[in-house]
Amino acid sequence: MEFKPKIVAFLCNWCSYTGADLAGTSRMKYQPNVRAIRVMCSGRIEPTFVLKAFKNGADGVLICGCHPGDCHYQEGNFRCMRRFQLLQNYISQMGINSTRLKLEWISASEGKQFAELVNSFTETIIELGPSKIKETVELLN
Amino acid sequence: MTKPNSKINLAVYWGAACGGCCVSILDVHEQLFDIVAAANLVFWPIALDIKYDDVRAMPDGHIDVTLFNGAIRNSENEEMATLLRKKSKLLVAYGSCSHMGGIPGLANFSNKEEIFQRVYHDSESTINKDKIRPVPKFEVAEGILELPVFYDSVRLLKEVVNVDYFMPGCPPQTERLVEVFMAIVSGAELPPAGSVIGAGDKAQCEECERKKTENKQITKFYRPWEIEDDGETCFLEQGVICMGPATRSGCGHRCITGNGQCRGCYGPCSDTIDPGAKMMSAIAGLVDSKDPEEIEQILNDIPDPAGTFYRFSLPSSIIRRSLS
Repeated sequence: MEFKPKIVAFLCNWCSYTGADLAGTSRMKYQPNVRAIRVMCSGRIEPTFVLKAFKNGADGVLICGCHPGDCHYQEGNFRCMRRFQLLQNYISQMGINSTRLKLEWISASEGKQFAELVNSFTETIIELGPSKIKETVELLN
Repeated sequence: MTKPNSKINLAVYWGAACGGCCVSILDVHEQLFDIVAAANLVFWPIALDIKYDDVRAMPDGHIDVTLFNGAIRNSENEEMATLLRKKSKLLVAYGSCSHMGGIPGLANFSNKEEIFQRVYHDSESTINKDKIRPVPKFEVAEGILELPVFYDSVRLLKEVVNVDYFMPGCPPQTERLVEVFMAIVSGAELPPAGSVIGAGDKAQCEECERKKTENKQITKFYRPWEIEDDGETCFLEQGVICMGPATRSGCGHRCITGNGQCRGCYGPCSDTIDPGAKMMSAIAGLVDSKDPEEIEQILNDIPDPAGTFYRFSLPSSIIRRSLS
């Protein structure tokens, strides 16, 4: 059966979600594998959210926020940047390919970039194949 | 569960543990007399010669309280946990290992094959020319010898049997044990089943007496031996990873008052799902840089982030074990 990856995308309300919306209202076509979750700020995305997404079967997790310096709350995206780095280090140690977690900045006007990002990330995840995290965690029960 | 004017039956057992929890019970010193005045010790392998069969012969629910320390590493741990659950009215997960996996839980970075390879073949002190490994069943002239089955992963006590209470700590602070024990024997109303007992529900930092500033700004992380601790400033502010923000209180800051950073043995507060994730959040808030490359460099100074943030809690975390 063809592998259809599940990708969870955390999008910040002010830039990235609006950017994704722009892709939609501009009728751009992109891969349907992304499940968008709107959060108020990329700084709101706790590492727990990302780990839970993986545990519940996400093959990839995408985090999008305002470009550095453009955060609606001034510094939220910098916090996100640091959490992302720690998460990358952590998941690599747990044997999870760190390319399954991606951070990208998408502004409200970058609908096209969002569509391209979703396409390229979906492609990356298809190449990596299904994530074994859910299966591994469930086997322990 | 109160029995006025009569003693309660107390059992203590260990799974995958170092034995420190059993010893922590002896640390009650002269209060041991109060304990034996209030309880019959019906099973405690570290101190008393009582066999498995004696436990099997007990009627169900015969033991009032069992303090089970240690994680579930092999089939013997699991069998005894199941047996003691059946024989006990209250089963308490005692100590970090049964609560969250503890230090034995760090074995979840490896699997059974990797551990056996290291222990029975590769370790520097091992000479094993015939490449002998333990097997669960072995036939000799006298009959069949059995060993417990070693599992691939370490699990928590609550994943094997229903647990009434959790008492965290590596080992739990002896004063807390006495408080909990006295509460049980006095017949005081106990918290709802499934609660963590013998610990606070505030983060260590809230009660820590070291000097703290509002805006911590870290530009470099150090291993504890790389800096000279001034004995009074917050460890995190000095750049040493201290698990205080993601650890509940109750231990009396034994490590911090001894000039050691908190390692997180008491586990997270009740509103936290994953202590390591909480710690990553906390650390990310403290790093003083907005440059991606500099951030990477600062954070790469934390050696073994998974082992540091989940030192006592790997099997209880969201991801639970390494995938490789």
